[in-house]
Amino acid sequence: MKTSRVWKLGADVDTDALAPGAYMKNGIEVIAQHCLEVLRPDFAKGVRPGDIVVAGRNFGIGSSREQAAGALVHLGVRAVVAPSFSGLFFRNAFNLGLLLLTCPEAELLQDAEVVTLVHAGVQRDDGTLLACHPIPDFLMNMIHAGGLMNVLKRRSQGNRHE
Amino acid sequence: MTSISYPTRLPQTLAQKLIARAAGLPQVSVGEVVTCQVDLAMFHDSSGPRRLKPMLDALGAQIWDPSKVVLVMDHYVPAQDADAKRIVQITRDTALEWRLPNVIDSEGICHVVLPERGHLHPGMMCVGGDSHSPTGGAFGTYMFGIGATEMLGVVVTGEIWVQVPRTLRMQWTGQLARGVCAKDMMLHMIAHFGMNGGQYQAVEFSGEAVMALGMQERMTLSNMSAEMGAQVGLIAADDTTCAYLRAVGVSEDALQNATDWQSDAGADCEDFHFDAAGLSPQVAAPHSPANTRDVGDYADVTLDVAYIGACTGAKLEDLRAAAEVLRGHSVAQGVRLLVAPASARDQAQAEREGVMQVLRDAGAQVLPNSCGACAGYGATFEEGARVISSTARNFQGRMGPASVQVYLASPWTVAASALQGRISDVRDLL
Repeated sequence: MKTSRVWKLGADVDTDALAPGAYMKNGIEVIAQHCLEVLRPDFAKGVRPGDIVVAGRNFGIGSSREQAAGALVHLGVRAVVAPSFSGLFFRNAFNLGLLLLTCPEAELLQDAEVVTLVHAGVQRDDGTLLACHPIPDFLMNMIHAGGLMNVLKRRSQGNRHE
Repeated sequence: MTSISYPTRLPQTLAQKLIARAAGLPQVSVGEVVTCQVDLAMFHDSSGPRRLKPMLDALGAQIWDPSKVVLVMDHYVPAQDADAKRIVQITRDTALEWRLPNVIDSEGICHVVLPERGHLHPGMMCVGGDSHSPTGGAFGTYMFGIGATEMLGVVVTGEIWVQVPRTLRMQWTGQLARGVCAKDMMLHMIAHFGMNGGQYQAVEFSGEAVMALGMQERMTLSNMSAEMGAQVGLIAADDTTCAYLRAVGVSEDALQNATDWQSDAGADCEDFHFDAAGLSPQVAAPHSPANTRDVGDYADVTLDVAYIGACTGAKLEDLRAAAEVLRGHSVAQGVRLLVAPASARDQAQAEREGVMQVLRDAGAQVLPNSCGACAGYGATFEEGARVISSTARNFQGRMGPASVQVYLASPWTVAASALQGRISDVRDLL
């Protein structure tokens, strides 16, 4: 199992923090450079593929701009773990293939801690498991496919072969 | 997706009825995930063609039904730099290529022009490429915001999945004081429930104080359901709804059963009660709409800018409110009053009524009919500015540099504060 390093944030992280409006006219590679800069100026430069973001409740509140999730995907973030998410952000994340884990005890995790994502939740180095809510099959399928775009691609290819 | 057999018909909420119709089911249960047919998809210049076209081309797919699509250009207009020009050009070119019959270009903010042009009526299932899409709920429409990739799914398939939400019913009794309005009610509810307190459920607004509101005020309630984290903010249609919809050209056919779209007596809702008569003007301090208290708690805050704009704060009813306060007065020295009317039609009507002249005479600078500073995409405020704004969100960095301090309030309160140069209780001026 691959391990993941934790980037810890507080509660109510909004979409303007994830994808600042001033950069919205740019492509995702530019937006991603400014992802979370008002909260953690070290994030965009320091985050490595496979790392995870851990936050307090209400992660992703605000706008429908899916670049908020897209910036995290672009930076290689493997999952976001939080006690609750904005419903709109939740849909966007799965549509872009970003795994969100609803974890009531997420805030026990520490910044820079190294954890392992397992089927039922987040496993800490000492072996304890922080349980996460189960994810419906149709959303997990979206993650495995790498997002809705790939699901639609397969569907249209399937139609052509028929 | 899930098939459930129903032994007996249970009382249904308005949200359940709207979803059941769109899913082609006799009824639906809370928690059930269903696939709905979409009656209308709205997107704008930011969420629309510039994101959708490359994906649609990559799929080699077509729009399922262009007559069910409305494209509004409101975020990057008027174009202020080369990037904005490029986005606007892509949007216009794509509208032609896709032969979209419904394009509203630089004539106002999507959530305001959509009903203004008669696109919404009770009973519909709609999606919008913008988080304030719950505004449509004011017309008894199940309308919610989605991101661009999910919008791609909708325009290719004509379908969307919905998990049937619980309904939180906000019952407002009593009568609002003069100078207190829908924005105050909404900020108060957001403070009560918190930014995500709605937990993606359906909010339904009801009670005498809600039904006494005009349609544009009701739209403010539904719009900012987004700030509560609700999926939709519904208001059952009544005579006020039907009168508005007739006036904007909605057919009698579409309105035939309009007032049947109500929650059943005994439907399973969580009820919350609020007293309109006891409500003071509300102000949300930086940097969250949930950071709301009575206006008197912020009386020592001095201001650089007073901004009347956005879909939640610069419609005709909002402009009239501001003019009532500003008539015959000038804004305080050192305060810039900016007014960005939410739609060209609202501005034209305000012009005919003399409302725009009152605002200009008071010192207002009138800005284009677009999202403007609210979206934070175009002109924003300078370093350290203290702003009182009739918009919907005051997140840090949204309307300018991180040092900008944005206080949210009603257009009444923004106007009163512009006159005094500090956050002020409008009731003292009326």
